[in-house]
Amino acid sequence: MIELIDTTASGIAAEFVRARTHAGSPAMGMVMTLVIVVAEEDAEAAMQTARGASHEHPARVLGVILEDARGPAQVNAQVGTGAGWTGETALIRLRGEVVRHAESVVLPLLLPDSPVSIWWPGDAPADPACDPLGALAQRRITDSAAASRGKSKALVTQCTSYVKGNTDLAWTRITPWRALLAAALDQHRLKVTGASVTAERISPSADLLAAWLGLRLRVPVERSGSAGPGITEAVLETADGPIRITRYDGKLATFSSPGRPDRPIALKRRDLPELLAEELRHLDEDDVYAATVQRMNRKRA
Amino acid sequence: MSATSFVNPLRDVRDRRLPRIAGPCGMVLFGVTGDLSRKKVMPAIYDLANRGLLPPGFSLTGFARRDWANQDFEQIVHDSVKAHARTEFREEVWRQLAEGFRFVPGDFDDDAAFDHLRRTIEELDQERGTGGNHAFYLAIPPGFFGDVVGQLKEHGLADAREDTWRRVVVEKPFGHDLQSARELNAVLDSVFPTGSVFRIDHYLGKETVQNILAIRFANTMFEPIWNANYVDHVQITMAEDVGIGGRAGYYDGIGAARDVIQNHLLQLMSLIAMEEPTSFDATALRIEKQKVLSSVVRPRRVDLTTARGQYLPGWAGGEKVNGFLDEEGIRKTSRTETYAAIKLDVDTRRWAGVPFYLRTGKRLGRRVTEVAVVFKRAPHQPFAASSTEELTHNALVIRVQPDEGMTMRFGSKVPGTAMEIRDVNMDFAYGGSFTEDSPEAYERLILDVLLGDPPLFPRHEEVELSWQILDPILEHWESKGRPDTYRSGTWGPPSADKMLARDGRVWRRP
Repeated sequence: MIELIDTTASGIAAEFVRARTHAGSPAMGMVMTLVIVVAEEDAEAAMQTARGASHEHPARVLGVILEDARGPAQVNAQVGTGAGWTGETALIRLRGEVVRHAESVVLPLLLPDSPVSIWWPGDAPADPACDPLGALAQRRITDSAAASRGKSKALVTQCTSYVKGNTDLAWTRITPWRALLAAALDQHRLKVTGASVTAERISPSADLLAAWLGLRLRVPVERSGSAGPGITEAVLETADGPIRITRYDGKLATFSSPGRPDRPIALKRRDLPELLAEELRHLDEDDVYAATVQRMNRKRA
Repeated sequence: MSATSFVNPLRDVRDRRLPRIAGPCGMVLFGVTGDLSRKKVMPAIYDLANRGLLPPGFSLTGFARRDWANQDFEQIVHDSVKAHARTEFREEVWRQLAEGFRFVPGDFDDDAAFDHLRRTIEELDQERGTGGNHAFYLAIPPGFFGDVVGQLKEHGLADAREDTWRRVVVEKPFGHDLQSARELNAVLDSVFPTGSVFRIDHYLGKETVQNILAIRFANTMFEPIWNANYVDHVQITMAEDVGIGGRAGYYDGIGAARDVIQNHLLQLMSLIAMEEPTSFDATALRIEKQKVLSSVVRPRRVDLTTARGQYLPGWAGGEKVNGFLDEEGIRKTSRTETYAAIKLDVDTRRWAGVPFYLRTGKRLGRRVTEVAVVFKRAPHQPFAASSTEELTHNALVIRVQPDEGMTMRFGSKVPGTAMEIRDVNMDFAYGGSFTEDSPEAYERLILDVLLGDPPLFPRHEEVELSWQILDPILEHWESKGRPDTYRSGTWGPPSADKMLARDGRVWRRP
């Protein structure tokens, strides 16, 4: 890690090139730029998560910490390559006036021609696509479950401002549930007459799962509360009886279906690097998510 | 609602996050104590379960001549998973998987045992909901295939009821010549329909091999020069740094050409040489691969265009190693080759006059598999001969393993005042740009078997065409006495170098 005090974007870019040449490998295999907008206290953890995801998606990771916007502008950065990273990383601290012009620092540091993703590990702007930094990215990743204020409203806010390219980790979290439910209907070719999702009272993931089920199955979906963790039960009602997946410990689920014995099935709550890696795997529009969000919006209207 | 008109409302082709999970099914594994089962098949099954790609209730039944209970079998799988699985060991995944383990002891000619197996499978259908869908994985020497599939047929294990499937999975060798390959195929064919026989060539499950098709047909910059106008020749290499190890019983009498060229190298070659398929489904791919294999011609003089060798004692990678004839279980008079190189031509408009050189060997310099497409030199150089002295042929190298990726080799000016041009390499490391952790070939292939998705499995037509190419060479070698020799840890016998020198070419050092 090299500390650059009172620097500029070109200072940081020059350090990237120097570090790469120094490491003996001037070739770049990086596939994208990942911008992380994060608060000072969460920066370390977020960069660790990006490191985990970078094993699968070598990226130039730019951590951006927006500090106090008063006073004279200053750009400080820690730049590094290697050491557990498959890409490059810079943690950039902005202070003073430049905080309002963060995109001027980030834009010159984007890798040529390759996609840009942005991730807000904590509180996200109400409209990510209109955020100056968010506007630079093709993929804007928010995490409604990690919002520090207005938790119950966070997902609604994101759904309202949804445009193509936005995504939320609450959606990523339910991929295994969705896969399992879809597989259940592969096995039991039955018409679903009703469904329910049970989860912690505030669970953006459960809300999305319920919306998705309602959208696809065209049946009313009941959403009820439990002590968690996360989603604890999903049920599809059929004429032969319910198909039920229950998970009370966040790890091992029980799969019960009509006429078949109950079976245990691993359904672990995934950690952040895994979620982020999945999110970065698909950089084009997620039509199914778009439709699910639309349904969320329609239901409220 | 009838089963056929049912469309799963939760599935959507646009929903690419949802993984393909195999439908309800089970697998019966023959030969549970072998290396293949313990090092590849069992770990791959665990890894699939860990990635959530196996159906709930997936069952694994072991069959072997051991006096074991289910728990003993579970222990064997447990040890193998702990030692060889790619993904992290998780207790909850293990518990889910282990509930579906069964073991049936018995010989391959034991009617009672196969009856027991049938009952076990039927119980699994009841208890675990495997739905009558079962794959039989024959991880046993091909000599027993006949016995086993015969028993499967006799005991009604091979007959699928309506809406269920039975599949059989076999590994190489697919025979040792055309004749035996046909016999083997007749045995399998008499019991299972062609579409239910899955021949595993694990090379075809590798990401890099599938990437050959992506590179060629998804891009514009390679295909225009992928022909005899620009390509000088192609070298396909599969080198191993190890000796035959404990495989003496299998290897003696088989040799490098049968072991590797017949399957892996000819499959790689057909992917490199084939025309664009109309789609990526199994039939379209097979048609194109078959076209290439049927256009292959051997040069007239087998003696001048092939080379073979046996490794001698020596030092390989800082270790003192035995020669082939000193290996345990090998006859002192063995004429089995451990190195084989052949030259083939492809008689098509695209490839006329472009030789394909295929080589493989044990105890070579290092472990590497690669395909090198070597281009012709530029027809005219506006530079003085002295400036291009260090410039050789441009090349595009697809590295299959290890260090999967691609290298492009081209000339560039050496910095300085004089005009001097030298070869430089540009590297694309697959592991660098994508997942560090790409799935093992076996995971992909086993999942494809369970899904019934056959594009990556060679069909018997391809197997037979490959033997047709190889058989005359093997016969010639048979008639010519002992193979040449090469020191362990080197790149093969001098005769292989001479073989290329005759064409004015050299082997790449991979």
